[in-house]
Amino acid sequence: MRFFEYEAKEIVRKGGIPTSKGGFATTSEEARARAEEVAGAVVVKSQVLTGGRMKAGGVQFADTPQAAATHSEAILALAINGHDPRGVLVDERVAVKQEYYAGVVWDGIRKQPVMLFSDMGGIDIEEVAEKHPDHVGRGHFSTIHPFSEFQAKQVIAAVGLSGSELNRLVPIVTRLAKLFLRFDMTLAEINPLAQLEDGSFVAVDAHMEMENEARPRQQALLSELGVGDEETRQAREPTEFELAGEAVDAQDHRGVAGNVTEFDGNLGLVIGAGGGSLTLFDAVRAHGGRPANYCEIGGNPSVAKACGLAKLVLSKPGVDKIAVMMSIVSNTRVDIVARGVIKACIELGHDPAEKIAIFRIPGAWEEEGFKILERYGIEYADRSVSLHEAARRAVEKIQGAAATPPASA
Amino acid sequence: MSILIDADTTFLVQGITGREAVNLVRECLDYGAGAKIVGGVTPGRKGRDIHGVPVFDTVAQAVEHHGATIDGSVVTVPPAFTKDAVFEAIENGVKLVVIVTERIPRGDVAQMVELARERGARIIGPNCLGIIVPDVIKMGGIGGPARDAAKSYTPGAVGVISRSGGMTTEMSSTLTAAGLGQSTAVSIGGDAIIGSSYAELMPLFESDQQTEAIVIYTEPGGRMEAELARWVTERNSRLPIVAFMAGRFMDEMPGMSFGHAGTIVEGKEDTASEKIARLAEAGIVVAEEISTIPELVRERIAVSSGSTAG
Repeated sequence: MRFFEYEAKEIVRKGGIPTSKGGFATTSEEARARAEEVAGAVVVKSQVLTGGRMKAGGVQFADTPQAAATHSEAILALAINGHDPRGVLVDERVAVKQEYYAGVVWDGIRKQPVMLFSDMGGIDIEEVAEKHPDHVGRGHFSTIHPFSEFQAKQVIAAVGLSGSELNRLVPIVTRLAKLFLRFDMTLAEINPLAQLEDGSFVAVDAHMEMENEARPRQQALLSELGVGDEETRQAREPTEFELAGEAVDAQDHRGVAGNVTEFDGNLGLVIGAGGGSLTLFDAVRAHGGRPANYCEIGGNPSVAKACGLAKLVLSKPGVDKIAVMMSIVSNTRVDIVARGVIKACIELGHDPAEKIAIFRIPGAWEEEGFKILERYGIEYADRSVSLHEAARRAVEKIQGAAATPPASA
Repeated sequence: MSILIDADTTFLVQGITGREAVNLVRECLDYGAGAKIVGGVTPGRKGRDIHGVPVFDTVAQAVEHHGATIDGSVVTVPPAFTKDAVFEAIENGVKLVVIVTERIPRGDVAQMVELARERGARIIGPNCLGIIVPDVIKMGGIGGPARDAAKSYTPGAVGVISRSGGMTTEMSSTLTAAGLGQSTAVSIGGDAIIGSSYAELMPLFESDQQTEAIVIYTEPGGRMEAELARWVTERNSRLPIVAFMAGRFMDEMPGMSFGHAGTIVEGKEDTASEKIARLAEAGIVVAEEISTIPELVRERIAVSSGSTAG
């Protein structure tokens, strides 16, 4: 999950790293108050979880509290890439002598965190790494042995820094490495890390992302920052349809029937498991189908949960049919999913044979499942029919249905 | 032959009294020659037995009862306790740890992997279904009940490595139906950091005489495919590789994660299209559909055996 800049800077402060002065505001009056506290020139920055703020006009400079209030009013009303701002950050305009970059990310190949440091701050680090590799220092560090300052020193010295700059930067990069592990971050970036005219360093902007899986044990930090459990902080906000999917999945703790993502098509997908869903979604599109959603079934969900998911998908406006497909199951039971989806059709007043374009789930309890499907006249397939072939048949059926003029039109 | 495990492998199950673990024990005991599950651990449940497997409070007790080092462990404890369970296994001499548990933060996984490295142990997973040597042994839930696993897996010459547990079985079943058996199939897990990547398992398959080709299932997210491509190029591997890439649609949705935690695309190198290009550059065939894999495997085996003969 990604943090807003104002939260990220708070995390930086908690890690013991100095930041530029300023504060968060949700109204122009609050922004004026923050600017008065700073008592000097400020920059007003839109708080959105998307890039391109500067270009969109979401960052403005103000010399007076009144100007800060005026700019805030405009920025608060300005959506950027479809994101409404959470508020504005009113920060002091610091006199920068030189901009640096400091970051920590995971290296999945080495399976360790890696520190990155550059004396070319303020721009995208990937770009620096590509064009000026000698301006980027790197160093992996252990997750079981204590971090030692020399590790930070090596990374900073690698770009040619020495003198008081080096000595003042070592504790900052050390603290960043430590907060990365302590707060279960997947990305901890200070950019720019600014050296001021007096030689001191402050974090001017920060980008922090926390691992979703660690949210339960990071409750203390999250509640201090005021991040609620309901905030998913995905790349886009969940739709009502997706939230309803979460509610279906949360109704009991047996297995998974959720992870719903909304798309704009006519073929509802009741699919699983993790890898199977990815394969099937691609397969439907490869055959020219238009999925109405993505979802995942796994871990042997109850009949009620499979039914709830199928009902949700069937009720989505524009959905003509559903395709019930999974890779070979070993834990999830075929008969239970079959019962769930049939129940969903019947309770919504549909003929299961008409609404279910195809049922392709081979594996555990398949004989029992296929018997039930046969009784309702539903087209089903066993493992001899590939995932792509099943997807093709589903697409063919729905395109056939769409070709005949709808009765109401 | 096989990699990682064989008929003689002894292992324990940590978290053995959980509902899924009880099923897993039954499945493994019933499959092939019958797994040698020499003990289980659930703190506070010492003295019970699960399908005849004795339950202990600690791994040390299980080792003492067995009277010798135990080769492996299947860990199925909740995420908050997994790191401690894996540390316990490794510090008691276990050399192969299969972690089934999902939703473990990367910080914990990195610690487990680092300790394993220092102690000369290997981790498979987390978020995986384990390892299967067709008709011989399975270690983990892979393939499901013995009767179902027997439908999907047959002995043969193809090594299977997959980031998805279910797709390990789907691909193996497709190979089986086409008359191509498997030497060993490994579900390596769907997380961003895992104990053993493709490139880390390749040397084992490389030295396994039974294995003639490799089939991998892959997804967006991470650099594991780039690592494999590099390994194949540098080592001039004798084994042809056929890959299947799922989740191509995710390229249009940066920042979103689907299927497995590890699929989150964090850089331009980890998109599906970028990976396909990288694999192809290294001479790895990328199949458009699962159903075309057997034919591609046959072709590639013919080509590589022809080139060794010539």
